[in-house]
Amino acid sequence: MNDVPKLVVRELRKEFDTRKERVEALDDATLELAVNEFVSLVGTSGCGKSTLLSIVAGLQEPTSGAVLVDGHPVDGPGRDRGVVLQSYTLFPWLTARENIEFALRGQSTSAAERRSVADEQLALVGLERFADAHPNQLSGGMKQRVAIARALSYRPEILLMDEPFGALDALTRQLMQELLTKVWERHRLTVLFVTHDVEEAIYVSDRVLVMTNRPGRIKQEVLVDLPRPRSYDMLASPRFGELYGEVLESIREESVSGERERGMAA
Amino acid sequence: MPKTRPDAGSGAPIASPAGAPERSRGAALGRARRRRRPDMLRIGGRIGLWPFVAIAAAVFTGLLVLWTLATANAWVKPIFLPSPEAVWDRLVELARGGELADDVRVSVYRIAVGFALATVMAIPVGLLIGAYRFWEAAIEPLVDFIRYMPVVAFVPLTILWAGTEDTQKFLIIWIGTFFQQVLLIMDNAKRVPLDFVDIGRTLGMKDRAILMRIILPASAPGIWDSMRISVGWAWTWLVLAELVAATSGLGYRITTAQRFFQTDTIVGYILVLGVLGLVTDQLMKAFGRRMFRYAEERR
Repeated sequence: MNDVPKLVVRELRKEFDTRKERVEALDDATLELAVNEFVSLVGTSGCGKSTLLSIVAGLQEPTSGAVLVDGHPVDGPGRDRGVVLQSYTLFPWLTARENIEFALRGQSTSAAERRSVADEQLALVGLERFADAHPNQLSGGMKQRVAIARALSYRPEILLMDEPFGALDALTRQLMQELLTKVWERHRLTVLFVTHDVEEAIYVSDRVLVMTNRPGRIKQEVLVDLPRPRSYDMLASPRFGELYGEVLESIREESVSGERERGMAA
Repeated sequence: MPKTRPDAGSGAPIASPAGAPERSRGAALGRARRRRRPDMLRIGGRIGLWPFVAIAAAVFTGLLVLWTLATANAWVKPIFLPSPEAVWDRLVELARGGELADDVRVSVYRIAVGFALATVMAIPVGLLIGAYRFWEAAIEPLVDFIRYMPVVAFVPLTILWAGTEDTQKFLIIWIGTFFQQVLLIMDNAKRVPLDFVDIGRTLGMKDRAILMRIILPASAPGIWDSMRISVGWAWTWLVLAELVAATSGLGYRITTAQRFFQTDTIVGYILVLGVLGLVTDQLMKAFGRRMFRYAEERR
């Protein structure tokens, strides 16, 4: 493994003004991802985890602090970081294949090449048969699979995912976690994955980072020492149970203290 | 369930040991089924093409019958409301003489040019103020201000500016539709999910490319609907302009008819305008469905 971390988030602070008050979303959030590491960010809702991911993607600017990719500070979004969001972001006027081709347009490739890459990516997520379907003909899970294929199609070195399976039903979510893990185990890349689902975080990750309440900071790191390739029967293993308990307890402390603060303020 | 269909059909008692409870349950089911309204009368229900056409045609026919009765029984004087036959005869006469076709041609031409000018200008302006806060601040309040000015009041002014020829008609149609369209299209552009824009950014797209290749296609179905709505207004303003000052067109024919108390011509032309509007609307709806099939929600 390389010595320089793939992604560094250093002392990130983010404040924004709402109509009523100034909100501190992040305060001194610092983390590092090694090359090809899969890291999840978990925390209570509103803890700033999505804000952090958005800043890493270059979609929002931090109040202070820095984001470094390969040791170089990033300024704005770029094709070195692919992004998958919770909402369905496939363009409805394009077919599944055209959505992927759209992402490839920036590159100096021929139309034929783009098409073959798009088909390859669709096959990767098991949707080659739906290449010509428009998003309104696809289920929620299928849409997110195409969105993942689109984000991977231009070969970013970092994949940023903001609760990509949050809108899916439990069963579909499970299948998507398996699919994502399989894809990642075959084509390694660095992933930062935001979720509030503890089981999901442990199943897919090498490392889970727990955030504090707002203003968000990294509170605790849990190393997921489960073997790869992952499989769903690991959920029943004692080690999984221990990790699950550890992460959940850490988040629970935050929810409880958050509730107490709100109670006192009221 | 032992069913004896012929018996049930003829209403004869079912002779089976379980007959009594069977029958009462069957009757309850039947009543429940009878009480349930037809699908087309329930919120969110569906309707087939032919029932739809039949119901719409029945309403038109009903009104026609009412109109015939009103005139045949002399409930109203023919000078105020001529009979359907008189109107029909007059329209046939005007069609034979070529006046009807000429009038329709002139008016359709004016609508086409005036409306096209307004739309071609409203789409870029609407997208711009829907996408950029700066342009919204610069243009939206102004457009809103002008939008509330009565178009009618511009008629004398436009005659001073542009005379009574086609240019003045284009101008009135433009004033009456452009400002409304800008606001409708702005709303369409604003409704494009911000996440679409963000995805464009992460793909390395510049703002201009995002505007042209994400915001424009994403708002296209809405823009088409806005056009469909505003073309109706364009007809109103055109006829108004033709009523006030013109030497040809449907509105002009209506004014001259008024001078000679030819209410049959007036009513006939009003109906022609209604038909033209209905046809335009249905055509645009059909085209829209064809072009934007991908935007349909599937259940």
